[in-house]
Amino acid sequence: MIAFIRARPILSAVVGIFVLLLLLSSFPIIPETKQAVVVRFGKPVRVYNQYREGRPIGGEGAGINWRIPIAEQVVWIDKRVLDVDMQPQQVLSTDQRRLQVDAFARYRIVNPLLMFIRARSEEQLRQQLRPILGSEVRNELGKVSFAALLSPERQGIMESVRTNLNRIASQYGVEIVDVRIKKTDLPTGTPLESAFQRMRSAREQEARSIRAQGNKQAQIIQAEADAEAARTYAASFGKDPQFYDFYRAMQSYRATFVGEPGGKPPAGTTVVLSPQNDYLKEFSGRSR
Amino acid sequence: MTIFSGLGARALGLFNDNKGPWGPTGGGGDDEPPNTDGGGSGPWGEPPKRRRGGLAPAGETPSLEDLLRRGRARFGGGGGGQPSRGIIAWAIIALVLAWLVFTSTHSIAPGQRGVVTRFGRYSYTLGPGIGFTLPSPIDRVRKIDVENIQVADMGSGESEDLMLTGDQNLIDLAYSVRWNIRAPELYLFQLAQPDETIRQVAESAMRAVISRVTLNDAMGDKRAEIETQVQETMQRILDAYGSGIQIQGIAIKQADPPDAVNDAFKEVTAAQQDAQSYINQARAYALQLTAKAQGEATAFDKVYEQYRLAPDVTRRRMYYETMEQVLSKVDKTIVEAPGVTPYLPLPQVQREQQRQQQGGGQ
Repeated sequence: MIAFIRARPILSAVVGIFVLLLLLSSFPIIPETKQAVVVRFGKPVRVYNQYREGRPIGGEGAGINWRIPIAEQVVWIDKRVLDVDMQPQQVLSTDQRRLQVDAFARYRIVNPLLMFIRARSEEQLRQQLRPILGSEVRNELGKVSFAALLSPERQGIMESVRTNLNRIASQYGVEIVDVRIKKTDLPTGTPLESAFQRMRSAREQEARSIRAQGNKQAQIIQAEADAEAARTYAASFGKDPQFYDFYRAMQSYRATFVGEPGGKPPAGTTVVLSPQNDYLKEFSGRSR
Repeated sequence: MTIFSGLGARALGLFNDNKGPWGPTGGGGDDEPPNTDGGGSGPWGEPPKRRRGGLAPAGETPSLEDLLRRGRARFGGGGGGQPSRGIIAWAIIALVLAWLVFTSTHSIAPGQRGVVTRFGRYSYTLGPGIGFTLPSPIDRVRKIDVENIQVADMGSGESEDLMLTGDQNLIDLAYSVRWNIRAPELYLFQLAQPDETIRQVAESAMRAVISRVTLNDAMGDKRAEIETQVQETMQRILDAYGSGIQIQGIAIKQADPPDAVNDAFKEVTAAQQDAQSYINQARAYALQLTAKAQGEATAFDKVYEQYRLAPDVTRRRMYYETMEQVLSKVDKTIVEAPGVTPYLPLPQVQREQQRQQQGGGQ
């Protein structure tokens, strides 16, 4: 052999590299994140590192494995949780209201062999799952009212979407981990505008009611003050109504004919008095 | 053997540049030949010469010729196969040792963890400090920041991110999610796109929570409650995925009504201020009125106290005082005889009044 290498070093080097490559490729290294389907002339024969529920990371599966070079090919399939994002869909609720819904599903390929046979590649799998997810979401959400779409029970609706989707997905060797609504929006255009209009009118109503409430409170405060003042007056003046009458009359005369102290004097007044007037009774010189 | 010749050629190539300085000491390396390489003395020595001969006619390009010339010069300067063979052996050993040292010790910074995979399979996780593993092709280490809290900003201020609330209103919300990695091996191996997953789960959880509260709650004092609920929901979902991610907190940065209806919301604020001002005015009026009543009542009470001591005199006194004040300021006419119709010069009185007013005006 050594003689042969000496005679033909280039040829032997090429052959050596070829053998080395062949040896290396016979022992594929399988990372934790991948499942490997070994395909012999187009026919899948073995699976390495298949996902099993509850098996801890670092358990058997990943690591060095073997294959027959040239005859067997390794197809890599992701082992992790993958996601498929739905195209935003218009959903018509039972009460004929439109809603723009965006959902996503998380899935895991649990049977890479089946998945390889049915869908060939991850990209194709995703493309097949996406419309199914869309139609399932539309079907299930179309069965409930608009209010229910926003209520806590929508998670229950999504659970039934997941169950339905899972039934279809299991044909591809896929397990649906979770289906969730990402967005529920009003479609742009009339529905959005009318929602804005409703919000606006609700606010205007609120503004009006706040003003009315303010007015009401103000009136109550004023009336209470009036009552309080009346009570104070009555408590004081009620002690002697006759004297109050006299006292108040004196105040009133002064205010009418003299004016408030410091205020503008009232217009000139002519008073015609009779000598019989009480004020002038001493005028006549006769005593009472 | 052929494999080694390939490696040897590569090692020679690596060694090329160091040839000059190492050349003189090469003689000391003669102790080494009885090594494993000794058996391969033929291949080590011969093939390069052969190759040189074989390649020369094929490659006429200057670079290749240059290479060949350098190779020839080196072998000529080396003075035969024996010394260079020892140097190569040393070099290979040094390289392998360096490789072993560099790829089997790892310094892990505080706040980091090193996830070790042996031939792709998860093996164990290195803590902070110096960690030892098997050398590179066997063990690989990925360093992951676990203490570092990362922030995902949702709903930027640029475009509106409208969400439906429970009372079917819309709210423009911007918030951020703070998270870190709790279990690096789960983070690496469980989710295909962890960052994207966090964003989607955050959006889903936030919208689910917002769709259960009213607009006023979402804009007002229920924010803290919403943040906690979103955090709990996110954590539950991410745990169900086995993601190894810890949500540290949610912060709602902005919760506003949509621009389209902002004016109406400002109107509400204006109405609240108006209402407050009505109430304030009423309070001022009330204070004034009660103060006035109390003042008048107290004044009356004081006078009445004195009046009670001497009713008649006080009454007469007050009467005269008032009449005095009143009658001193007015025009007076006293009509004596009964049955005489008094003549009042009314036009004159009115003129007098007008004159007074004009005089007052000027």
